Amino acid sequence: MPTTLAMAEASPAKRLSAVVQAAAIPAAAIAVSLALFGVFVGLFGANPIQVFHQMIRGSFGTWFSFQNTLQRSAPLMLTALCTALPARLGMVIIGGEGALVLGGLAAASVAYLMPASSPLTVKVMMVAGGLLVGGLWIGLSAALRAYRGVNETISSLLLNYIAIAILNFLVEGPLRDPASLNKPSTPPLADDVMIGSLPGLDVHWGLAFGLVFCVVTYVLMDRTVFGFSARMVGGNVRAAQLSGLRVARLMVVTAFVAGGAAGVAGAVEVAAVQGSANASLVAGYGYSGILVAFIARHNPLAVIPVSLLLGGIGASGGLLQRMFHLPDAAVNVLQGILFITILFSETYQGRRLVFKRRPVAAPMPKAGNENMVSA
Amino acid sequence: MTSKNRSVFRKVLYFVLAGIGLSPATSLAADAPITVGFVYVGPKDDYGYNQAHAQGAKAVAALPGVKILEEESVPETVAVQKTMESMVKLDGAKLIFPTSFGYFDPHVLKVAGKFKDVSFLHCGGLYTEGKHPTNVGSYFGYIDEAEYISGIVAGLTTKSNKLGFIAAKPIPQVLRNINSFTLGARSVNPKATTNVVFTGDWSMPVKEAEAANSLIDRGVDVLTAHVDSPKVIVELAERRGIFTTGYHANQSTLAPKGYLTGAEWNWAKVYTDYVGWVRAGKTFPHLLRGGLKEGFVKMSPYGKAVSEATKKKADEAKAQFMKGTMVVYKGPIKDNDGKVVIPAGVEQKQTDIALESMSYLVEGVVGKTH
Repeated sequence: MPTTLAMAEASPAKRLSAVVQAAAIPAAAIAVSLALFGVFVGLFGANPIQVFHQMIRGSFGTWFSFQNTLQRSAPLMLTALCTALPARLGMVIIGGEGALVLGGLAAASVAYLMPASSPLTVKVMMVAGGLLVGGLWIGLSAALRAYRGVNETISSLLLNYIAIAILNFLVEGPLRDPASLNKPSTPPLADDVMIGSLPGLDVHWGLAFGLVFCVVTYVLMDRTVFGFSARMVGGNVRAAQLSGLRVARLMVVTAFVAGGAAGVAGAVEVAAVQGSANASLVAGYGYSGILVAFIARHNPLAVIPVSLLLGGIGASGGLLQRMFHLPDAAVNVLQGILFITILFSETYQGRRLVFKRRPVAAPMPKAGNENMVSA
Repeated sequence: MTSKNRSVFRKVLYFVLAGIGLSPATSLAADAPITVGFVYVGPKDDYGYNQAHAQGAKAVAALPGVKILEEESVPETVAVQKTMESMVKLDGAKLIFPTSFGYFDPHVLKVAGKFKDVSFLHCGGLYTEGKHPTNVGSYFGYIDEAEYISGIVAGLTTKSNKLGFIAAKPIPQVLRNINSFTLGARSVNPKATTNVVFTGDWSMPVKEAEAANSLIDRGVDVLTAHVDSPKVIVELAERRGIFTTGYHANQSTLAPKGYLTGAEWNWAKVYTDYVGWVRAGKTFPHLLRGGLKEGFVKMSPYGKAVSEATKKKADEAKAQFMKGTMVVYKGPIKDNDGKVVIPAGVEQKQTDIALESMSYLVEGVVGKTH
């Protein structure tokens, strides 16, 4: 966010007001989206108030529902970072799905290749393998951009298809467990190398990885010299080059961390949920992550609540189908409304609508343009 | 909100107030009220795999005292585990039908381990005695019998002797359908060949349309498919003026002119049977399979393009299946590289375990398994 550079200089009161505004605008957008969604379900003959009541019950209303939400948000946190971090450097990466798939494949391969090692070693190596492979995959996309001028959005999108093709080739060919007749999969992980649930929760370790990654990358991007340099690339590449920053390296390293996060999501999916790599890995977490990143305005800390929001919508989607006989697509409609409303609300960021009266003669601040660089 | 929904709501509220996981004592009787959950991997109006299951669910919903819960487009991830748990914990389901093959391992097994008093009946026939929980069952149908009959109709209807088959993945279940279809066609028309295209996944509408176009361009005049929803393929074939045979559900409304017949699931029979057993507190069969004879699968009614002579041939074969005298995999059978896969004198009956790991395409199929 360009505002953060200026904020460091600003007085605490101004800074607070900027933070409040940065949070209030998306919150208002969410409220508007819910109102629009209420109209939508009303058209389908459901009572909007009861729909919202059930959505709350399905997402946060009971201990089971809340854990359901936490569980669903875990992979989204990780895949959202895959888009959010490179965006701080002005890159639009949408390759989270491919990085997740290959991260999962890497984890399954690691477990397959080191059967004799201690369970803890295997677990660590699976997560590390996922991180490495996911990181290299998205790093490749950034390197193509930095060194060859290839558009990173297109390349990362196409890399998704390649990743899925690699997965299908390997699980239907060289890595196929001969016993997996009608659902080609890699050989199943032994029970003792499966990563279980967090203590006291019915939520797997992916949530811990997600939270840690969000916090650590927030510190990295917003509180270190590396992050400052990276954001400078996002603000103005020429200025960054003139200041002697190694722009290409910053891009590739950030993309590596971003892809690593999605790769870890894939490794967790294999090691905590699926127990082997197969086509079920291609579940759209990578694409949902893009949505999360944009709604969170590419702020790693904001990714956490936004993931919870989308996880909660996912968790309550079943009740909408069961109780109101709404189509499955109702949840997608809500996500779509959210996405568009929040992107639209971005144009109000920095305009100080409520917090300070605009001087009558002052020119309009170019808030829209300023945001586009980082968003 | 209708009054029905309101009572549902009250019931749900009761469960919440009563505390999660605390289920009321159940009395077992054939007409005891029961809540049954159905989980689909795709849209339940897909003209295919999921619609076939949703039709079964509808039959269950019509039973007195039964309430059904349905969720569609649930992926084979933690999502399906949570959907099943939610049906049990929030809505008090006692019996759940997770209908996608890929739900079984690990998702159904994991959730079944948590709720011992709930029955989980999975579509796919994957149950292993002693290894899997006893509150789990798995069923599947020998739908390749219906494919054999579709093959006969296709083989007698084709003018170009080129049949087309668009399939998802070269896995045993799919290969068996392709082979049975081809054997059926060649049993009445030895000149017929089946051109196969694998799309790589269960739901790839764009690739399916491309495959259909390219097959039709190559002279194929009867097209069939084994993908989750053959809708795109059947519609496209109709527009281009060729014939189709359906799969999973009845697609005749999509192609009133060219739809010949089709291999359909009859889950209504299987599901109402299972619900009856569970309600009566009987032990249900953990592994249940059947074909035309057992009513697990059925044929779509013949379309108007099917000649009387063709109907007669097809009905003869069907009668043999109904009597249990038909053996589709009777040697000698060669694969399409000329290698003998079932020697002369060997019969692999429908229940033969060897057919479960089929890895070849029979002579007359144009295509490769990898």
